[in-house]
Amino acid sequence: MKHPELAEKFIKDKERTTWHDETLWWVRQKRDMAAFQLPEWELLRETASRIKNNVLSNLHEYLLAFEAKAIENGVLVHWAADAQEHNEIVLSLLKAANANALIKSKSMLTEECHLNEFLATNGIDVVDTDLGERIVQLRNEAPSHIVLPAIHLKKEDVGETFHQHLGTEKGNKDPQYLTEAARQHLREKFVTRKVAITGVNFAIAETGEFVVCTNEGNADMGAHLADVHIACMGFEKIIPQRKHLGVFLRLLARSATGQPITTYSSHFKKPRPGQQMHLVIVDNGRSRQLGRPEFRNSLKCIRCGACINTCPVYRRSGGHSYHNAVSGPIGAILAPNLDMAKNADLPFASTLCGSCSNVCPVKIDIHDQLYKWRQVLVKEGHAPLSKTVSMRAMTFTLSHPGVFNFAGKVGRKVMQAAPFMVNNGLNLWYKQREMPAPPEESFREWYSKNRNGESN
Amino acid sequence: MESRTKILEAIAQNQPQLTPLPNLTDLAFIDFDPLEKFRTILTSIGGQVIEVKNLGEIEQYIQAEFPDPMRVISTLPALSPVAETDWLEQDPHVLENVDLCILEADFGVAENGSVWLTEAHMGQRVAPFITQCLGIVLQADRLVPTMHHAYERIGAADYPFGMFLAGPSKTADIEQSLVLGAHGSRSLLLFLVEA
Ligand code: SF4
Repeated sequence: MKHPELAEKFIKDKERTTWHDETLWWVRQKRDMAAFQLPEWELLRETASRIKNNVLSNLHEYLLAFEAKAIENGVLVHWAADAQEHNEIVLSLLKAANANALIKSKSMLTEECHLNEFLATNGIDVVDTDLGERIVQLRNEAPSHIVLPAIHLKKEDVGETFHQHLGTEKGNKDPQYLTEAARQHLREKFVTRKVAITGVNFAIAETGEFVVCTNEGNADMGAHLADVHIACMGFEKIIPQRKHLGVFLRLLARSATGQPITTYSSHFKKPRPGQQMHLVIVDNGRSRQLGRPEFRNSLKCIRCGACINTCPVYRRSGGHSYHNAVSGPIGAILAPNLDMAKNADLPFASTLCGSCSNVCPVKIDIHDQLYKWRQVLVKEGHAPLSKTVSMRAMTFTLSHPGVFNFAGKVGRKVMQAAPFMVNNGLNLWYKQREMPAPPEESFREWYSKNRNGESN
Repeated sequence: MESRTKILEAIAQNQPQLTPLPNLTDLAFIDFDPLEKFRTILTSIGGQVIEVKNLGEIEQYIQAEFPDPMRVISTLPALSPVAETDWLEQDPHVLENVDLCILEADFGVAENGSVWLTEAHMGQRVAPFITQCLGIVLQADRLVPTMHHAYERIGAADYPFGMFLAGPSKTADIEQSLVLGAHGSRSLLLFLVEA
């Protein structure tokens, strides 16, 4: 199913849609409050953006430097060209460790690679330890948000899921109680599992260390108790020097949830004595994206989720409507690079309002890229049918001003006479939305009338 | 090895022309009193600030609040009358039943209420996470205003593991309701030692 159909399913429950919309908007407001407290906020964004530009322009050297340092630190480095190879590497490490079970903290990369499914079919038991991820895992769902994986669920849903899987009392939906149940359930896993997988937020070329940020402490509980720690990262996580973390750690949590910093910002440099530490560096289409001048900036993303929280389409359509590991505006510009045909609908799931670009801490031109993807997709013949028709009509009317005038008049007539006609299935934006009342006269009519009035 | 070469070659070919790194001067705008800010922020993120004159007062606090049979561990030799100090070489798993762990932080960061600890301060990496309650000892004069100052202070230090820690572990994954005590410590007691 494509975005419009999936979104339609989501908005059937009106109350839940409103709740979802308002909750995410509240997270966006928290981000604003945090940002407004720093007079240097815009300078920080500009600086972060320029650091990331430098990273993209010098990635080859930075990766070599990072790898050399990491190896010197005693870390075992692996390279994976695509998702398949990444998954095979992880599986081979598990086999070498003689393990058929592991715990995993949040890593959008492993979601992108569908690692859980792959390991399950190979008889490996994976337990996600981030609370939100554990909730969706128990429900056999995917995360619906990169920072807030279970944001589509109400506490009743979580209560029911935990009742079924963890034996909490039926009907209890108290977040405190449910979190405590998860804490105790997962503690047992932390203490018994020998292999832990984590993601990576930043990898420092200068020192070979990598930084993982969490609020729950689950990445650390896993990594510091396990015999084998496997950290998986897309190669764009590189930053040049340790001091650059000052910029990114100031921006990340404030942009994500409005916190001044995440509870834990852990700097992993060397394995514990007797522990094995592996790093899997993954390409999976990133080098291809790097070669597309108009889209390469998407690789600057630090996965804060701010563009998702602010997006009017995401807030009212839910993360699952994007059918991609990363949802929202950033997901919509990353996904077509992974599979153009499968994800051709996503760049159209936007109003191009630009709110995403305004909040992005590394200043990615997200809404411009959405627009550019539409052009590429149409050219390559991947655009969804309904969009192609209206876009073709649009191209025609825009190059024929006379027709545009006429369409404006006719458009208003049509709506005055029969509003339902506009809701004809080709106009996907109309569904479940109040169509604005047609203006009494168009701006052009008003303008020419008034101008004529003046000259008369 | 093959993928490594392939990936690096593709990157070398596709990366744009080199752009310069920005400088990081003048990024911090400091219009606050660091100590005041640190206290306010740490409290707002769920930490509890306890002002003490010396380590003796911390000892009294532990005696009163964490009496036997609570398991208390610390890396500070001065606290040995009330805390185990011989756990550094133990298997990390045996720390599972620790009720309170007391560590000394290197320094604190005013703007976000965090403290910087390296493995040497932690005794064992898992200690500040696995304990039910965490106590951090911080000398009041060891504070920097922002993260930029923090990394200046860290400089080129070599540590096997280090972290910024800000308050107790927390989650809001169930309907955005904030719950303290996710997987790490349930509470954070920050013993601020008078300078
Ligand atoms: S694109 Fe920007 S705003 Fe969106 S998740 Fe990435 S860094 Fe955050």
